[in-house]
Amino acid sequence: MTTPAYPELNYLNATHGIRSWLLTKDHKRIALLYLISVTVFFGLGGMFAGLIRLELTTPAGDLLAADTYNKMFTMHGIVMIFFFLIPSIPAILGNFLIPIMIGAKDLAFPRINLLSWYIYIIGGSFTLYAIVVGGVDTGWTFYTPYSTSASNTNVLPTGIGIFITGFSSILTGLNFIVTIHRMRAPGLTWFRLPLFVWAHYATSLIQILGTPVVAITVLMLAAERAFGIGIFNPALGGDPVLFQHLFWFYSHPAVYIMILPAMGVISELVACFSRKPIFGYSFVAFSSLAIAVFGFLVWAHHMFVAGISPYAAMVFSFLSFAVAIPSAVKTFNWAATMYKGAIWLASPMIFVFGFLGLFTIGGLTGLFLASLGTDIHIHDTYFVVAHFHYIMVGGAIMGYLAGIHFYWPKITGRMYPEAWAKFSALAVFVGFNLTFFPQFILGYMGMPRRYHTYPPEFQVLNVLSSAGATILAVGYSIPLIYLLWSLKYGKVAGNNPWGATGLEWKTQSPPLTENFTETPIVTEEPYDYARQGAHVG
Amino acid sequence: MFSAPPLFPEQASALAPQVDNLYFFLIAVTVFFAGVVALAVGYFALKYRRKHPDDVGANIHGSVPLEILWTVIPFVIAMFIFAWSTTVYFRIIRPPDERLEIYAVGKRWMWKFQHIDGQREINELHLPVGRAVKMTISSEDVIHDVFVPAFRVKADAIPGRYTSIWFTPTKPGEYHLFCSQYCGTKHSGMVGTVIVMEPHAYEQWLSGGTSEGSLATKGQKLFQDLACISCHVPEGSGRGPTLHGVFGSQVTLSTGSVILADENYIRESILTPQAKLVAGYQPQMPTFQGLVNEEGVMALLEYVKSMRKPATREP
Ligand code: HEC
Ligand SMILES: [Cu+2]
Ligand SMILES: [Cu+2]
Repeated sequence: MTTPAYPELNYLNATHGIRSWLLTKDHKRIALLYLISVTVFFGLGGMFAGLIRLELTTPAGDLLAADTYNKMFTMHGIVMIFFFLIPSIPAILGNFLIPIMIGAKDLAFPRINLLSWYIYIIGGSFTLYAIVVGGVDTGWTFYTPYSTSASNTNVLPTGIGIFITGFSSILTGLNFIVTIHRMRAPGLTWFRLPLFVWAHYATSLIQILGTPVVAITVLMLAAERAFGIGIFNPALGGDPVLFQHLFWFYSHPAVYIMILPAMGVISELVACFSRKPIFGYSFVAFSSLAIAVFGFLVWAHHMFVAGISPYAAMVFSFLSFAVAIPSAVKTFNWAATMYKGAIWLASPMIFVFGFLGLFTIGGLTGLFLASLGTDIHIHDTYFVVAHFHYIMVGGAIMGYLAGIHFYWPKITGRMYPEAWAKFSALAVFVGFNLTFFPQFILGYMGMPRRYHTYPPEFQVLNVLSSAGATILAVGYSIPLIYLLWSLKYGKVAGNNPWGATGLEWKTQSPPLTENFTETPIVTEEPYDYARQGAHVG
Repeated sequence: MFSAPPLFPEQASALAPQVDNLYFFLIAVTVFFAGVVALAVGYFALKYRRKHPDDVGANIHGSVPLEILWTVIPFVIAMFIFAWSTTVYFRIIRPPDERLEIYAVGKRWMWKFQHIDGQREINELHLPVGRAVKMTISSEDVIHDVFVPAFRVKADAIPGRYTSIWFTPTKPGEYHLFCSQYCGTKHSGMVGTVIVMEPHAYEQWLSGGTSEGSLATKGQKLFQDLACISCHVPEGSGRGPTLHGVFGSQVTLSTGSVILADENYIRESILTPQAKLVAGYQPQMPTFQGLVNEEGVMALLEYVKSMRKPATREP
């Protein structure tokens, strides 16, 4: 095999200068703008997490003051959710790949795409401003009346930041939906679409339907806090639980905004590294839509102890069990895809294994919370913290890392050191479990979340958790180093280093600004390894 | 002092074993399904490792029977858990009629408990073993949450309304009480101890403290001081309806609908009387919002509860 040459002309060197980046309309460059900014927020959120874990190594509150600690977990949540997890896969990988995967030159609205990045940056700046001038301490959930009447921290600037950033999410979703409907290459029917595209379609639906609700909720919160208009505070004639309904109406589906794109990544990778069509394509595709729809009907499972009617609780418990089924179906299909495959244990696939393990545990522990009988006990304890980190960090971030590794050669045209990538996947997996598994036990023992100090009998498990966080931090930092290293020293990747099917692998790496020299015509189903073979190069 | 086993909370209420059984079953389900996925993935990864870079897998697209199978089986298991857990839940939320009443008020950052015999406690709660206890909970500021892990119960303390938990302590001892809804600076300091005692020790404790008379007596005094009595006279001939026997009865409202006069209804009648008007009466009752604090409302409530129906039937 001859080493492929690095393409002389590509989207990275098509134009030069900082202006050419800040005013770009190329979806691939915008994806990179997102990659950089999202990584900065990830580092920031991770730093907050580190301080939290450090404080919790001892039962007493000896490292941070109580108020500081409360700000740490609040800002950790806000930064990670609104500025890292929600934009991560869609705005980086989705942005980069969707047009290429469907054989288009760009998204339907390239200018709006750039606008959404600027909106994200403006929203992020507000939130950063709030952090710099003193932070906010309401928890990322902003429960009323604490957030409107009791907290004396920077609730408004943070809220405005989230409000603004929401529009970036809405615009990205809108752009994807129009693009997927209108710009598919000739022959690319809906059932020939890569599952990554289906997953993003479902995600976009949630983004455009759910985000306006949280935007309105933030406005109501601001109205009460700034002008004393009684909406949520009972002392002003409001209803504090109403806030929770509105907040979770968005924020439960938001969980799927974070996990569905990761599921899309996993579908691509499992098929590629098994050299097989995905098992049950239409079931995997439609389960994404089912999740998007049912995801809107389960919000009150966050409120089982907030005095809601027992019959409402029953209905929401039932629906929460129901929403678990499509995720289970996906998992079984991924496992079945490997049956009789020709499995290549390349580094992205190792991340996929990590995803499967952690996501499965995360999903199954969700049953404990959907169950009314057990939720009463574990609600608002570390059990919940462990559960959603298994989904959000174990699932979404593993999926994100899997995707970044898989598509890195396409994005940059270069390979990273394979062994280091495998090592980092392993470190993340081990570190993750050590960090969060003890939290399940802590939660059932009764340790409430958001506790700055705790009774001494919880210490051993907390120390284990903090030790795990250290390994996790190493696991996350190594890729940062070798991926940067690869930009200069990495082996030239060639068009298709993984021998994968799909239009994105038929074009050069890194692609031309216009993606394809001529519009591709699609004549085959996705993941057609049997006929196309698996040729690296 | 707290000698809980290191990996599992103490079982100190009648319902705790039921919650734990459900928990163990869920663990079994988790281990089973996670095991199936891990084994399948691990086995396939080893068995079907590619031999040559150009190898491709079998051209299998799926199987509808399998899809049905792995949709239906998890669904059936999920419904089984749903039915079981909902049964446990209804036991958790439905207190028996024979019970001890306790009132709890959360306030940043402490818990105030009120026994109906009059004793008041802060961040400590003494209870007898073996008797069902119902705790009616509210908050004076933001949302808090009463959580006693050893009893496996919790409920938010929400300003402006009542919530409740109930439990039967089964073991004398001292148990953690945590605030488990984030409430600001000293959220993690808003903790207390539930002290479960043998009945005779409890009786002793009850008679020990300086009691200011029972909660209902306190309520009665407030009822006079706040001039409730000027409108609510026993015979029902005043400007307001008689309150005798009203608690737990069905009240017909001016809108024609009939509702149960429970704790939240009485509370609302005192603090926002215009929200629900009793049929046949004018909206004359003034609001007592701001004139009486949470504990006062609880005392009034206890007094209203204590007013039994007079022996003679009302006209
Ligand atoms: C000015 C007269 C007046 C005073 C003083 C007054 N009430 Fe009332 N109350 C009424 C009237 C009239 C009604 C029926 C209309 C309504 O529901 O508001 C009522 C209704 C109620 C009800 C609902 C009764 C039912 O049958 O459903 C309760 C409980 C109650 N009052 C308690 C109190 C308490 C406790 C106080 C003192 C803190 C108080 N009231 C003071 C006039 C009064
Ligand atoms: Cu949810
Ligand atoms: Cu609290």
